[in-house]
Amino acid sequence: MSILKETGGQKFLGIIQNNAVPILFGIIVLIGIPLSGYSVGYLGQEIVVRIARNSFLIIALLIPIMAGMGLNFGMTLGAMAGQIGLIFMADWGIVGIPGMILAMIISTPISAFLGWMCGKILNMAKGREMVTSYIIGFFINGVYQLIVLYGMGAVIPIKNPALVLPRGYGIRNTVNLITIRKTLDNLFAIKIFGISIPIATMLVITILCIFVIWFRKTKLGQDMRAVGQDMEVARAAGIKVEHTRIVSIVISTILAGYGMIVYLQNIGTLNTYNSHMQIGMFSIAALLVGGATVNKASIGNVFLGVSLFHLMFIVSPTAGKNLIGEAQLGEYFRVFVSYGVITIALVLYEVRRRREKARGGRLLAQEQAENMEENT
Amino acid sequence: MNNLRQFIRSFGWPRIIIGLFLLSLFIIAPFVGVKVSTSLSDTIVRFGMNGVMVLAMVPMIHSGCGLNFGLPLGIIAGLLGGTLAIEYNFVGPVSFLMAIVFSTPFAILFGFGYSKLLNKVKGSEMMIATYVGFSSVAFMCIMWLLLPYKHPTMVWGYAGTGLRTTISTEGYYLHVLTNFLQFKIGKTFMFPTGMILFFALMALLMWAFLHTKRGTAMTAVGSNPVFARASGINIDKVRTLSVILSTWLGAVGILMYQQSFGFIQLYMGPFYMALPAVSAILIGGASVNKASILNVVVGTFLFQGILTMTPSVMNSMIHTDMSEVIRIIVSNGMILYALTRKSEVTR
Repeated sequence: MSILKETGGQKFLGIIQNNAVPILFGIIVLIGIPLSGYSVGYLGQEIVVRIARNSFLIIALLIPIMAGMGLNFGMTLGAMAGQIGLIFMADWGIVGIPGMILAMIISTPISAFLGWMCGKILNMAKGREMVTSYIIGFFINGVYQLIVLYGMGAVIPIKNPALVLPRGYGIRNTVNLITIRKTLDNLFAIKIFGISIPIATMLVITILCIFVIWFRKTKLGQDMRAVGQDMEVARAAGIKVEHTRIVSIVISTILAGYGMIVYLQNIGTLNTYNSHMQIGMFSIAALLVGGATVNKASIGNVFLGVSLFHLMFIVSPTAGKNLIGEAQLGEYFRVFVSYGVITIALVLYEVRRRREKARGGRLLAQEQAENMEENT
Repeated sequence: MNNLRQFIRSFGWPRIIIGLFLLSLFIIAPFVGVKVSTSLSDTIVRFGMNGVMVLAMVPMIHSGCGLNFGLPLGIIAGLLGGTLAIEYNFVGPVSFLMAIVFSTPFAILFGFGYSKLLNKVKGSEMMIATYVGFSSVAFMCIMWLLLPYKHPTMVWGYAGTGLRTTISTEGYYLHVLTNFLQFKIGKTFMFPTGMILFFALMALLMWAFLHTKRGTAMTAVGSNPVFARASGINIDKVRTLSVILSTWLGAVGILMYQQSFGFIQLYMGPFYMALPAVSAILIGGASVNKASILNVVVGTFLFQGILTMTPSVMNSMIHTDMSEVIRIIVSNGMILYALTRKSEVTR
């Protein structure tokens, strides 16, 4: 065992480079907060709300990263399944917590099936999982529209006329989820320093975090990490690589479905044809802002990411308005930053992978040089 | 029988299904009261509108950079060219020419930067290209608001600054190619000769380029990078050239589109424009690392044919417009199919 000898400067540079995205974001937020003029209390409340709202969805991304399948852009599949569950729940008129549980139960088999299919397809496209899962999201969106816009009310019975478009079939653009709005958040909420904290939701998220930590230590979790490290080695060790990869996507999709239900119970309305399309992008951007990479992500990244990303989100329209006098500019700015951060993170990951190779080379050269010295 | 099987295998099931689907639409059309001549004419017009953008896929596929999901970058160069031509008050056919001239330096500049980035991330170009496209569109949203355009037809009336979301090309380059040598057969069939000629010219130039020494080098880099390096080809340079070409064709492509469509769409307009072009060339028989001019022609015709025919036929058949959903499923299904094929080259 030998460690690459690096100067202090190189080490410092390494740390900066490894955390470039969170540092950059921290700076943007630090500039933005005073410009926006929001109070600390307001921002604190917003952050708490958004952590409760989004964390579940983002944690759903962790397991495929563990299995070396990159960022699961196919999480929109789970989101769609969750929405279908919510539509049925709204139709059958089940309210409150039982309604949420019902929606979760309905979404599970749909998510599992979609996840299984997604996993199958991704196994056929090894090495380009991300772009493929991205396109799968679009493709299934087409199928989702076919079912929800044309099938529901025509083939699948929907009896509640408030849900159906005036023409007699197809679900309306917005579905009112007032019956479950904030039921989980308000189940048990306490106020600390004027900030109300939805304990029940936080508890659910904590349980999920514990599940993920526990899952890593199980046989299946270990297998996934082995597959993520090196597929061929894992195969040689007798791990069913394809199966493991499919399972990781299935788990992620099911969790994404639940996450979507938690997310929408906080929002209170379902945009039938839009909600799911943005959620994948925002979740992935938030995770990357938290310092995760394509092959490494922890629970810490999730919470740091949600906080920083959503601070930027809250702050930028008003900051843009106060700075240049145009709120629209801030809107565009945050869209740009969301996409930009994903681009930068993806590029940095690729560049870093190359640098690791170069580091390996330097290490080898150093060892050889040392051996030479010993020999002479 | 064996020949037929081989043909099917080389052509691919999805293409045959899509081809048959389009054929059946054309057969059904007259029975449900849709005029075939109008539909055919529309298909040809839309072929001309989109042809060059699909052609823009070819150089990058050839050099092994994969499908150019970053097409919006080229489109932005085209938008800059188009708006600049209007800003400087060029009218009529000259404005189209000037739009191309203005967009060229932007296309070269953007393409150069884009290629530098893609050369750093060999092997996962497609994902990064997608996001380069998205973030550049979002960045330009900010720029369209801030850039000092002054021309009254383009900026918001009340504020005097910031470009409108859609700008009419009427009086500038609207239909300059569509109307060039245009002829009509009967009342309903119109053939946009100028557009097809322009596309043919571009396709011919592309074909000729691919047969020059540089073009052959590009194909070599795409099909076998190790061999290409061994024969002394500078891979990065060739890839750079292909990306610049692709970006420039994207710029020209969007100008073609606008001259027929009649509007310049700014802001989020170019956001999803790469997907139809990508799926069109794939429907035409291209794969992630192989494409020909024939693929472009066949693919654009099939894809645009379906886009034109499904709404009209479906509407008159079942009184529902499902065309949007069908478009999403067909185009993304096609991309998925191509991504899951085993490519012959592994890097």
